[in-house]
Formats: sequence, C-alpha cells, structure tokens
Amino acid sequence: MTDEPLLRVSALSKFYGSRVGCDNVSFDLWPGEVLAVVGESGSGKTTLLNCLSTRLLPSSGTASYRMRDGQFRELYRMSEAERRFLMRTDWGFVHQNPADGLRMTVSAGANVGERLMAVGDRHYGKIRATAVDWLSRVEIEEDRIDDEPRAFSGGMRQRLQIARNLVTGPRLVFMDEPTGGLDVSVQARLLDLLRGLVTDLGLAAIVVTHDLAVARLLSQRMMVMKDGRVVESGLTDRVLDDPRAPYTQLLVSSILQV
Amino acid sequence: MYVAVKGGEAAIANAHGLLADRRRGDRSVPALRLDQIVEQLALGVDRVMSEGSLYDRELAALAIVQARGDMIEAIFLVRAYRTTLPRFGYTRPIDTGAMLVERRVSATYKDLPGGQLLGPTFDYTHRLLDPELATGADVAEPLQRAREAEPMPRVSAILAREGLIEPDGKMPQDHIPGDITREPLEFPMARDIRLQALSRGDEGFLLALGYSTQRGYARNHPFVGEIRIGEVELELDIPELPFAVPLGTVRVTECQMVNQFKGSAKAPPQFTRGYGLVFGQSERKAMAMALCDRALRASELGEDVVAAAQDEEFVISHSDNVQATGFVEHLKLPHYVDFQAELDLVRRMRAEYEARENPAKAEETKEAAE
Amino acid sequence: MTAQPTDIATYNFAYLDEQTKRMIRRAILKGIAIPGYQVPFASREMPMPYGWGTGGVQVTASIIGPDDVLKVIDQGADDTTNAVSIRAFFKKVANVTVTTDTATASIIQTRHRIPEHPLTAGQVLVYQVPIPEPLRFLEPRETETRKMHALEEYGLMHVKLYEDIAKHGRIATTYAYPVKVEGRYVMDPSPTPKFDNPKMHRSPALQLFGAGREKRIYAVPPFTDVVSLDFEDHPFEVQTFDQPCALCAAENVYLDEVILDDHGGHMFVCSDTDHCEKRREEGHRGHLAPETHLAPANMEPAQ
Repeated sequence: MTDEPLLRVSALSKFYGSRVGCDNVSFDLWPGEVLAVVGESGSGKTTLLNCLSTRLLPSSGTASYRMRDGQFRELYRMSEAERRFLMRTDWGFVHQNPADGLRMTVSAGANVGERLMAVGDRHYGKIRATAVDWLSRVEIEEDRIDDEPRAFSGGMRQRLQIARNLVTGPRLVFMDEPTGGLDVSVQARLLDLLRGLVTDLGLAAIVVTHDLAVARLLSQRMMVMKDGRVVESGLTDRVLDDPRAPYTQLLVSSILQV
Repeated sequence: MYVAVKGGEAAIANAHGLLADRRRGDRSVPALRLDQIVEQLALGVDRVMSEGSLYDRELAALAIVQARGDMIEAIFLVRAYRTTLPRFGYTRPIDTGAMLVERRVSATYKDLPGGQLLGPTFDYTHRLLDPELATGADVAEPLQRAREAEPMPRVSAILAREGLIEPDGKMPQDHIPGDITREPLEFPMARDIRLQALSRGDEGFLLALGYSTQRGYARNHPFVGEIRIGEVELELDIPELPFAVPLGTVRVTECQMVNQFKGSAKAPPQFTRGYGLVFGQSERKAMAMALCDRALRASELGEDVVAAAQDEEFVISHSDNVQATGFVEHLKLPHYVDFQAELDLVRRMRAEYEARENPAKAEETKEAAE
Repeated sequence: MTAQPTDIATYNFAYLDEQTKRMIRRAILKGIAIPGYQVPFASREMPMPYGWGTGGVQVTASIIGPDDVLKVIDQGADDTTNAVSIRAFFKKVANVTVTTDTATASIIQTRHRIPEHPLTAGQVLVYQVPIPEPLRFLEPRETETRKMHALEEYGLMHVKLYEDIAKHGRIATTYAYPVKVEGRYVMDPSPTPKFDNPKMHRSPALQLFGAGREKRIYAVPPFTDVVSLDFEDHPFEVQTFDQPCALCAAENVYLDEVILDDHGGHMFVCSDTDHCEKRREEGHRGHLAPETHLAPANMEPAQ
C-alpha cells in the first residue's frame, strides 16, 4: 500500500447553463478503495461520474490521477490521446446498460480481447486463452466464447462487460448503476462476483448507485449527493447506521421501510 | 480453344454509335431544338441547372437532349462541364426581399403586404390529361396586370418585428463563404456549406427525408412561412470599382419554413426557420430542402438527434445524386479479381465444412474429382 | 437560338484547369510527406461517373506531362472496357503516348491489381480507390474514424481479424486487406487481392491512391514499409493457385477463372494480360494455349 491517494478531486463543478450538474465536490480516493456515490436521480451523481471519467469536461475544479509511474497528472489537461489511452488500459467503465459498453455484434471473446489488441497484443492464441480465463472468472462458460452478446441474458452481458473492462488489469473502475435493470436474484449474484473481483484484484472503484444495498455490499466509503452537492460522506457502515444529514436519514429510513 | 477477349475499344465505339442512333430515334421525326426544350420543358431545365449547380438554360437543355431525357445523367453532364470553368469571384448575397416576384404564397397569414400571388402553378389544376396539348393547339395569352408598386416584405421580416422568430443568421465580418466545389467537405459543417450541399442535393432524396420528418421521424412542426419565385439581381464587387456591378438576373425559388420551438438550454422560445433556395422554379425541392435544413439544425438548437433527417453526415454524404448513381452503377464494372479471391475462400471453407459434416461423402467427392 | 455545336462547351487541356491540378498536386505532396494518411481534397466532378475511377483520373491528370507514357489496367487487364475508356480519355485530352507494356509505362493507372512485372524507380502507380477508409465498415462515422487514425487507435482492426479466425479458422479477408504503412497509418490498399499486398512493400515505384467520390488522396513513397496486419500465430499469407496459367504456364501469379461451358468446365489464366502475352511471346505455353502466335503488345504513339 502507498501513502498517497490514487485520485484527488478538488472543488469539481459542472453547470449546464444555469442548471447545476454537480457543485464543489472534493474527495480523495485511495488505492483499493471502493467509494459509493448515492443519491436519487437528478442528484448529480452521474454527472460527477462522467466528469471524473473525463467523458464530460467540468466547468471548474480539478482532478489529479496518480499514474503508474507515481506522478500525478491533471486529468483535464491531458491530451485526448492520453485520456483515451488511460481509459482503455488503467481504467474501466461499467455502464448500466451493457449494450453501451459492449460491441454487440462481435463475439464475447473479441469483446474481452479488444483491449489487449488495442495495446498491441498480436498473438491470437494468447488473446483467446486470456479471454477464456476471464470468461470463467465472470462465470461464463467457455463454449460461449464465440457467441455474440446479443445471445446473452442481461446478467451475462453485464458480467461480460466487467470482464472486458478488467482484462488489462486496470487500477480504477467507474461503475454506473452496475446492477440496475437486473432481476433481484441476478443482482445478488453479480454483486457477489463484483465484490470478489474487487477484493482479489485490489481495485479502486467509484460506484454510482441509487441502491443503498449495493453501496453497503461493495463500498468502504460513501458520499450522499442531493441537488448536485455532497450532503454527507464517511465510512459506509457509519453513514448507513448513523446517518447525520437529514436527507441521508430520510434516504436510509425510506429504504428500511421497503 | 480459349482466346482472351479483345476489342474493347471497338465494342465501346459501336455501343456509342448505337446510343447516338437511339438518341436521335426515328429520323422522320424532326430533331429537338434546344430552344424548344428551354421553352417547353422549362422545369426539367430548372432541375438540371439547380442540381447541376450551373445557371445556363441552353447548356442544361443540351444536357437533357444528350442524356435522352435522363435527368441525373443530364445533371452529371452539366457538373462535369462546370467543374472545368475558371472561378472569377463570388457575387454579393442575393436579396430575395427585392425579388421581382411571379409567385408568392404564405400559409401562415391570410393576407399580407404584397398579397398572395398564385403565379404559374400546378396547384388546383385537375390532374386530367389534356388531349389538346397533343394537337399543339394555340394557347391564349395569360392575363397580366401592371407590376405592383407595393413592396413585398418577407414573412420572416414580418415575424421578426415582434421578435417571435430567430433573426437572419450573421456570419463574422471576415467570413468567406464556403464553397463545396472548391474545398473538401468536413463534418460537422457550417450552415452555409450545408445549405449549398442541400441546394444541389437530389430532389427525390430530400423529398423523402423531408416527408419522413412530417411523419414523425424528427417532427419539427413546420408551417410554410412563405414560398416565393421570381427574378433576383446578381451583383459582383470588383476591387477597382467603388460600387457593385450588376451581372444580370437569375430566377430562384425560396422557401422559408417557420417551425415551432419551445426553447432549450441554448435558445429562447421562438419560431425557428428552415431555409430552402434553388435555381429556377422548384417548390417541391425548396420545401423539402427547408424541412431538411431545419431537421439538420437539431444539435445547434439542443434537440435530440433521433432520426435520419437530423444526421448531417448521413444526409449530406448521400444527397448528391451524381455521386450516388456513380457508386451504385459502378457495381456493373468487372470485379472478377475480387470475386476470384472470394470464390477461392468460399471453396476452401466449403470443402472443410463438408469434411467436418460428412467425412465419407467428402472423401467420395474428392476421389471422383481426381 | 440555334446551337453552335463547336463552341457551346469547350474543355481545358488535360480536362482539369491548372488551378485544380495544383490543388491536387499539393494534396499528393502532403500524402507523400505523411505516408498512408488520407488527405482530404476538393474532388472535382469528372466526365466519368463517381466510382469509375474519378479519383485515379484526377491524380493522373494532375501529374501527367506530354512526355509520359500511360498504361491503364482494370482487373489486371489492358483490354477491359473501363481501362480502354480511361486510356482513350487521356489519349484524347492529353494526347500522350499510351501503352500496354508495364516496363515502358511511366504512369500506370490501375483498378484492383498491381502488375506482375516488378515496378522500377521512376514509375508511378495510380490506384483507383472506392472506399479509402479501412475502418469504414467497423465504424461508419468519418468524425470518429479520423480520430481513431489521429490517436492510432487500431485495436478494432484486429478485432475484425480475430473474429475471422474465431469464426472461419483463418483470416477471411481476401481483398482490400488492410496494411500498416511505415509503422504508423493503417491503410486500405484499394480492392486489390491480398496476393498483391507484398508488392507494395518497399516498392521502388511511387504509389498514389485517389478516391474521387470520397474526396481523399493518399500515397506510399518509394521504399516504404507496407505491412499486412496479422497475428503472430496466424501470419498473413497470400492466395496460392493449384495450377499454372493455362495460356502461358506462369506460376506464382494471380489467375482469373474463366468459365468455358455450362458443364463445370473452366480454366485459370493470368489476370495480368500484358504479363501473359509477354510470356507467350517468349515461347511459354500453357496446356490450353492456342497454336497461333499473338500479335506483340502494341504501342500507340501520340498523334
């Protein structure tokens, strides 16, 4: 473990005209740490995620990422080429809808192998072996390797998307409602799998979710957002068991009533 | 015994001889004169000028005869001639507000300054074939009234007085208008470039896309603010002279669509506009162009791009009928080198498939072949 | 208003006006400076349809001089109708010497083949290109493909090759087989069979590519690396033919299949007609060669 954070976010804001996307968000993310960002739809959590993953440029504020060489780099000052390279090597992005993160018309094997080929792997046999390995780690049978994700169930597609992201050994993964849109039983299995992978690989992750159960299962720390602002943050167990902000109390109690 | 096919040159010459013969047809029928085409097939001539983007009636008529009436072929002939012409300069923007109007209709006002002028229109004709035309009977002189002194302001100017419609766009002072015949197209394009491409785009393609917007594929609630057809003056700035030099007049059709708009993050609630302008008289094309122009402004106005008509790269890349016809028709050129490569691959894969599926039979076939 | 057929429409020498030729030459020079990079250019309407070689014709028209000797082939043959037509066009508008002889031509315009006879320094091979973008069928958007080239993001290209191997056991691309030029740009070699790809590698001739409808020019300067994409364990390989040319007995050349009857009778002959004729003149005989001697390849001087 290192004594420096992986990501430093300072006073990040994003405005759409006069409307607030997210406002003055600051935090540090440490290697191997899973941070959950929770809130209702429209709270700004997805805007924050998109800014952090450089899919959106913020209106103001900074985010610095510690590269593999130990140097911090200011994300919004990187060239597009550098950002895109980071996106397909050191980072992952798991979309809520797997179709947004997969190539639906190429095989599962190629979906997993694409990142390897993008960084220069040119041995078909090795790429395929790695794909087989990753499919098994996300509990997809080897004989489905040449099938297109169109033929997969929602849960399988989501697991395939995770494998596609993790194959290059990223250090930071962004997840946008990774279990949204799945049946409850499928959700539970996916969460188990994710938790295992995150622990085994020592991944840092930022998980956006409206589901407090997901936050509880996956994250060590959480931030609660409302109207673009962070209203409370802290260790996940503490926030959920002893919510201090009135809005968090409301969120927690409304979940408990269900 | 096989002898490689030769004599392509002779075959081509003979084919073209036959084409010339068929073009002329029965020699006992008088040959068409260009002035007959210019005068009596004027809308065909207009289309060739418009999509050929060269304002010259006589050349357009020549192209129509040479193409045996095939409009896209005629447009192609004009384009291939136009491209060789030197460029002397760019005229000032035409002022359609000062047009000598022959037809002007508005769907948004019952009456308006300058009035509604039906002009030479097919509208309200009953589409009954007229046998009299076949006999070449005399046609009565049309009724003419003295030219109206009353000015005919554009509907967009009337709406603008109330601030209800977006103003005429302004280009930066030093903006040099784009020229799609001199610069390569690049996406996304500025609106001046896009309008040029639409103006020479295929009438049928734009008509279909415009129609699709009306049927709900990117609906944009259009009203015909105004269509006007008539002559406008062309003026050229010459550096040595302190005034613009008039070059003559061209006949154009202009359509301004007025579209409802609720406002967005980028623009206040107001009417927006789609614009169509083509050489000669072609309401259908000008209206379709205006619908497409408005649809293509989706991103500019903060609307979601959900339909083909809003997709600039899709629309502009496929609107040119000379490009389209060339590429579709090139499929009849020989491709046997590529086909041979594919044949070879399919044969190999087929043999492997047979061997896998039915090893005994494959063996049999192989023996029979040997 | 009677038409005056002689002066109603006149054309400039070599069809294109000089300004246009300069513009195209600038695009060509830029292409040569950045091997494999697609240079946008303001393609003109040409007197033949888009898709029929307008890009190649514009390139040729811009570089041709009165002393040039022009050869035009389509599918490897000098006598296919479109090759005849383009050759006749330049004979008419530029009044240059035309030939079918690969070795004596200074400019060779081609569609779908590279001649079998090795090209030499000083020769220019002009390719007619229908779709210049090698990524087009993987990513239809021009805005995105330009970005992918700029950032050298070519992973998708190998995804396509991976899929071929996964589905067919081999790379199933047989023509327009993508290449990497000088280690940087991925380039479409135009729809030549992959058989011809190795001929592009470090060729002493200048190779120019013109796509008229798509408005792109690109180039491979002499002695430039042109490497076909592949995998280490599935290396690039060219087509092989089981039999030699039926007319001239040539081996290791690209062959066309000719159907002789409707009972499955067929023969394979050289796609490069000039190469085949030269070999027969030298006395080579295939098993179906006619007995009579063929006329030597002709050279038509300028008038």
